[in-house]
Amino acid sequence: MSEIFGVPIAALFGQLVLGLVNGCFYAMLSLGLAIIFGMLNIINFAHGALYMMGAVFTWFLLSTWNISWWWALLLAPLAVGIFGVLVERVLLRRLYKVDPLYGLLLTFGLALVIEGLFRYQYGVSGLPYGIPEVFQGALNLGFMFLPKYRAIVVGVTLMVCFGTWLVIERTQLGAYLRAGTENPPLVQAFGINVPAMITLTYAIGVALAGLAGVLAAPTLQVSPLMGSNLIIVVFAVVVIGGMGSILGSILTGLGLGLIEGLTKVFYSQASNTVVFVIMALVLLVRPAGLFGRER
Amino acid sequence: MSSAQKFRLAGYALLLAAGLVAPLVVYPVFLMNALCFALFACAFNLLLGYTGLLSFGHAAFFGTAAYITGYAAKVMGVSTGLAILAGTAGAVLLGIIFGGLSIRRQGIYFAMITLALSQLVFFVYLQASFTGGEDGLQAIPRGRLLWVINLEKDLTLYYVVFAIFLFGFLLIHRTIHSPFGQVMKAIRENEPRAISLGYDVNKYKLMAFVISAGLAGLAGATNAIVFTFVTLTDVDWHTSGDVVLMTLLGGMGSIFGPVVGALSIVTLESKLSDKVGSLVTVIIGAIFVICVLLFRRGIVGEVQGLYRRVVGNRV
Repeated sequence: MSEIFGVPIAALFGQLVLGLVNGCFYAMLSLGLAIIFGMLNIINFAHGALYMMGAVFTWFLLSTWNISWWWALLLAPLAVGIFGVLVERVLLRRLYKVDPLYGLLLTFGLALVIEGLFRYQYGVSGLPYGIPEVFQGALNLGFMFLPKYRAIVVGVTLMVCFGTWLVIERTQLGAYLRAGTENPPLVQAFGINVPAMITLTYAIGVALAGLAGVLAAPTLQVSPLMGSNLIIVVFAVVVIGGMGSILGSILTGLGLGLIEGLTKVFYSQASNTVVFVIMALVLLVRPAGLFGRER
Repeated sequence: MSSAQKFRLAGYALLLAAGLVAPLVVYPVFLMNALCFALFACAFNLLLGYTGLLSFGHAAFFGTAAYITGYAAKVMGVSTGLAILAGTAGAVLLGIIFGGLSIRRQGIYFAMITLALSQLVFFVYLQASFTGGEDGLQAIPRGRLLWVINLEKDLTLYYVVFAIFLFGFLLIHRTIHSPFGQVMKAIRENEPRAISLGYDVNKYKLMAFVISAGLAGLAGATNAIVFTFVTLTDVDWHTSGDVVLMTLLGGMGSIFGPVVGALSIVTLESKLSDKVGSLVTVIIGAIFVICVLLFRRGIVGEVQGLYRRVVGNRV
């Protein structure tokens, strides 16, 4: 029994793990998008560019100042988060009174600017980033070899996602956030600083994208273009899952990563498009998305 | 005659005169490219400016029609006029499918769905054999129109392209000022109210989407004949973004806005690309940000506003 449907088991599980790793990035990015959308009512098109910023910053820290991946895990999300504070304070804040589509257009322009500048500075070819020494090699699970670093990505992602869920659903701050999503003027009337909360939400959302970038740096190729290809898939993930529920976006992200991995094994030509096809099917059957509420 | 009507009539006369004289002054191929994008932007504006639907995937229609036209003219040896018609028909069909799917959601979701669907098209064309993959379709013959008019000459082709542009432009004008157009605007302003008045909103949205997709296709098909090649750039999401910017910059919801926007952006890109290279994207992005923050009415909208204020002050 070393084959399933004519595919070696080790290869099958290898692709599934790879799919799960991709799913982790989908989950973390769509989680950030969902949090930002809930509070700001804006779809952050720059999310992919900020993810790329996180990855390139990680590379920059190591190659210029020899600062390790461990520090990057802390510093990169912080840097991206601070950048997010600036973006929210200077740009997005002016758009809360107009059609939310303008927020999409503004962040689209911002994504072009960020990506263009990085491309100008670093070119389009990949920037090499090695896997941290402790995580090199693989674990032998008997039926397959599990590269340690991939296991770490999945572990960290699950922890971060669960942590975010916990903060939003089970803490005082999360309660404020949820209330602010429902009815900002009322929350403000209770003496809570809603504008500061909005800034914080955007910063946390983009910091998640930055963190995803740090995790991606050693496994995917670091390049100024890595974000724009990913963000469109993440949009499809968001349409499939619906942005109504936090757990929903996490599950959808991971699930679609797995499906993509499976597609690579059985019909690799469709692996680029399978997420979009699923999106079309979901729209036919359940337009509001799997976890979404029609509004 | 109201001042708005006068404004529009003057605009039409100016457009016609400028279009007829322009190739004697400016390089025709550049003008043809600008006209194709102007038509593309006008088609897009029918959806964004008049129905309130932001499609982030209009390059799919532009590019699909371009590929079909290129393939028909080059590989199947179909005459140029028929090839353009076939391309446009292909865009209409794709518009029915994409429109049917994407109007199931609204607002921001609509934008994301159209973007994702166009990316699906991009990957299909990247892998399909008839598109030539990364190389694209090269050396598409311009051929003859109706077996008589030789399109190899730039100036002749220019006037054909100008006629196609005028056809598309007038069709859009007619659509906007028809009862159908009024319903579109009603949907843009207040969708629940349009529903409660008994309009089948989805039918209207789909119609608008298909007309828009078809005209975007016509623009793409014509562009393929002008340049004699089609590449993946034509279906890339950057192209979808460009057309959004043209409409935003020129002024959405005004019929001349997209024309002004397209001319500005095409000029800007051709002037800048040899000077600043890859920084063009940065400049395009910065214009996006500035437009959204400072003048959401676009160039034409601002000029109209200024005109009205000046005239209003005098009276």
